[in-house]
Amino acid sequence: MTTTHTPPHIRLANEISAQFQQRDPAAAAQEIAQHIRAFWDPRMRAKLIADAGAPGSGLDPLAVAAAALLPPATGG
Amino acid sequence: MSLIKEQDYGTPARPGEATVSVEIDGKTVLVPEGTSVMRAASEAGIDIPKLCATDSLEPFGSCRLCLVDIDGRKGSPASCTTPVTPGMKVRTQTPKLAELRRGVMELYISDHPLDCLTCPTNGDCELQDMAGVVGLREVRYGFDGENHLDLPTDSSNPYFDYDASKCIACSRCVRACDEVQGTFALTLEGRGFATKIAAGAGGSFMESDCVSCGACVQACPTATLQERSVVELGMPTRSVLTTCAYCGVGCSFKAELRGDEVVRMVPYKDGKANEGHSCVKGRFAFGYASHPDRQLKPMVRERITDPWREVEWAEAIEHVGRRMLEIQAHHGAGAIGGITSSRCTNEEVYAVQKMVRAAFGNNNVDTCARVCHSPTGYGLKQTYGTSAGTQDFKSVEKADVILVIGANPTDAHPVFASRIKRRLRQGAKLIVADPRRIDLVRSPHIEAQHHLRLMPGTNVALINAMAHVVVTEGLVDREFVAERCEDFEEWERFISGPEHSPEAVEEITGVPAAEVRAATRLYASASNATIMYGLGVTEHSQGSTMVMGMANLAMATGNIGREGVGVNPLRGQNNVQGSCDMGSFPHELPGYRHVSDDAVRGVFETLWGRTLQSEPGLRIPNMFDAAIDGSFRALFVQGEDIVQSDPNTKHVTAALSALDLVVVQDLFLNETSKYAHVFLPGTSFLEKDGTFTNAERRINRVRPVMAPKTGKHEWQIVCEIAQAMGYPMKYDNAAQIMDEIAITTPTFAGVSFAKLDQVGSVQWPCNDKAPEGTPIMHIDGFVRGRGRFVDTVYVPTQERSTRKFPLILTTGRILSQYNVGAQTRRTGNTAWHPEDLLEMHPHDAEVRGVRDGDTVSLTSRVGETSLRVKIDDRMPVGVVYTTFHHPVTGANVVTTEHSDWATNCPEYKVTAVEVALRNPAPAPAAPAMAE
Repeated sequence: MTTTHTPPHIRLANEISAQFQQRDPAAAAQEIAQHIRAFWDPRMRAKLIADAGAPGSGLDPLAVAAAALLPPATGG
Repeated sequence: MSLIKEQDYGTPARPGEATVSVEIDGKTVLVPEGTSVMRAASEAGIDIPKLCATDSLEPFGSCRLCLVDIDGRKGSPASCTTPVTPGMKVRTQTPKLAELRRGVMELYISDHPLDCLTCPTNGDCELQDMAGVVGLREVRYGFDGENHLDLPTDSSNPYFDYDASKCIACSRCVRACDEVQGTFALTLEGRGFATKIAAGAGGSFMESDCVSCGACVQACPTATLQERSVVELGMPTRSVLTTCAYCGVGCSFKAELRGDEVVRMVPYKDGKANEGHSCVKGRFAFGYASHPDRQLKPMVRERITDPWREVEWAEAIEHVGRRMLEIQAHHGAGAIGGITSSRCTNEEVYAVQKMVRAAFGNNNVDTCARVCHSPTGYGLKQTYGTSAGTQDFKSVEKADVILVIGANPTDAHPVFASRIKRRLRQGAKLIVADPRRIDLVRSPHIEAQHHLRLMPGTNVALINAMAHVVVTEGLVDREFVAERCEDFEEWERFISGPEHSPEAVEEITGVPAAEVRAATRLYASASNATIMYGLGVTEHSQGSTMVMGMANLAMATGNIGREGVGVNPLRGQNNVQGSCDMGSFPHELPGYRHVSDDAVRGVFETLWGRTLQSEPGLRIPNMFDAAIDGSFRALFVQGEDIVQSDPNTKHVTAALSALDLVVVQDLFLNETSKYAHVFLPGTSFLEKDGTFTNAERRINRVRPVMAPKTGKHEWQIVCEIAQAMGYPMKYDNAAQIMDEIAITTPTFAGVSFAKLDQVGSVQWPCNDKAPEGTPIMHIDGFVRGRGRFVDTVYVPTQERSTRKFPLILTTGRILSQYNVGAQTRRTGNTAWHPEDLLEMHPHDAEVRGVRDGDTVSLTSRVGETSLRVKIDDRMPVGVVYTTFHHPVTGANVVTTEHSDWATNCPEYKVTAVEVALRNPAPAPAAPAMAE
């Protein structure tokens, strides 16, 4: 459950992950990563990648797996 | 340009290929079968006198002025009600006919005020014209007998008068209200000499069901129903064809002027979106453009607590350019950005996104469509390959079943609603999916076959249940799917799952399973079924999923690629479609092409002379978050009041307060400008030169009726800011901007101002493959090749009703007001909706001790506001509704940060709230007791 105090990038990543819960986890992680790559500003991606490695981030496991597939964010 | 007068053929055109040859006054004319003698004559250049006939209405045959002689027929039939037959020989001018017509006119004039010289419609009165045409020279009956000359004038409507003394009881107003508008607010009351027009049950126009669309005023052949602006200012002397700046229907209007003063806006008969019809906003609510509240000079201040200081344009532009560069120097290229407006022209929007991408050097550009139809862009692109509706408006005339989901067309898209209602009166069936009992569910001569009254937030569960019925009951169009689509088998397995059955989701949606099954069978079995949807679809945490769910349903039933079918977003603002087309999203260049596409970026880099970023920029909600975390420091806002219109006002104002520079370009000092450092005055639609693109992808010209009151066009200001930042950006006129759009954007390749001036309007794609545009998309194949079925998992919103917040609030629009009300609140439209009200079911009101008119507090977990209650059983139990037209209410104080998972479109339609009595309404005064 996310709240108003959940960082926006974590809330968004979890909401995206919720859409893919019924899919094969590997394929889901790929699709989530593609979506984030296509629509997220690099600074948000950088935060996601940073938090994905931190314990207790509140990130859905699929979001964590997707973050691992993202290239390091540049620009923005 | 002089006053434009469209030809009135007397009766409507009849469709059909079969033609009939007739001879009228010795001229042979070929017309479609079913055409009236009157229209055939008009097409042959022969005008038959008429009063009760006009070509927007079915013939009525009451005035007896259009009599003709037909060889082989007895008497002199009315030409308006007589259809042509093969070989018919008609004479329209004979001594006998002349005498008959003079006699008719003599009777009319004997009971009509003879005040032509002082009448407001002197020179624009069909009665006056016909008296001349028939050669009336005297009235033998005198004027002393019983008459209607002392009947009172009804001035209750803020925009037009009803002067009963001038009424000739031709019934054109009654028929216009019935046939054109579909409201049935007017009637002919009484018999014979006592016949008169009555509004509603005989009270005033304002007390009646009249929606002030202006159709009756338009149809009236005398001064009986007359715009008050004509009474006050006199008859206009010239016309300028332009496009309405309110909703996404994009009606064409003749702005009729005296000098530079707009006297009235008259719907243009040849406008393809509206075909001569209008609503209360476009027809009458244009006074805001000359309202004294308009700020016409630029203003600057260092801090938002300082008073504003009026400056010259040069100082304002230099200030913006210098501050933007300073902020980038300290915080990086990505620290600034801009928001484009769906109320501005394509050319103005294109200029802003170009300024951001080329002069700012980033992709931090977004548009107010983020908070309305961004899920449409995502969902339709994923499934069909392009981010736009599939049909033209006229297509609905071929629909057999109309499924309206999360839209309230009679309030938000009234002119298109009239088209829908006309088709429904012809026999098409209607399914409405909406928590509220909107007017379309049941109104005069219309009743939905099914009202799927679902709980807010459960759209996806409902559409999945409908798709489940299609798949499991053998209603799939297998041939269409096999030929045109992909990924069907996987989707079929997904949607066939028992968890999607209507019975399984009944508890979630609140819609009885049998009703869902029956509605689905109706939709899927129709020859042509069409889906119309609005923000009740998109403004949810599953908005994009729902758009894809509707796309799936239409594909599975083969309802794509011809007239009468399709999936059609009803866009909220005049240029939502255009602002999205123009590259306003941070991940897309013009024409919906991703910024990471090297070839596309190369086209713009070559033309613009700058290297463009290949990474997406910040979306509006991301800009707010980044402002609060300090990485985003400056924002240019074109024509959008984000403080009033975006969700969670406290969050928005905190973000704006954290910025070093906020630049607002708008007509008025709005709520957002309270947080601005620079105010750049904008132009109204009456001053703009450019194009709007409506919900059917129709590109219409917006022509200036006067020079900018501010001294500059908005695109000029944007160019000058870019120049102040060191980027050379210059156009001589708006046409050059459209030429650049055409060069860079394949779907617009054939568009130019010259073409639009020549043909009126075109629907994109307009290019070598479709030089006259594309009314209906995906006819031979989808834009992406094959239509793609997408699994649409229903993920409930995290916004849930609780013991503390047990009600669900949903927000929307009302007919007379428009969005944040900046325009309509500055017009006579406030007569209908002076404040935002909270609609509430009687049960929810009673258990809280709330009565109609009481002031209540409306509280969510993020904020609180107060407003008065309107108790109405159109609401379901547990759901309350309000509008967001008035800043004093600030409905978005209570809406939350939840948004669509794919696009960040806010979830305006689901907020858990509680309502509590604050101030009871004054008790009605007790009736005085007789002594």
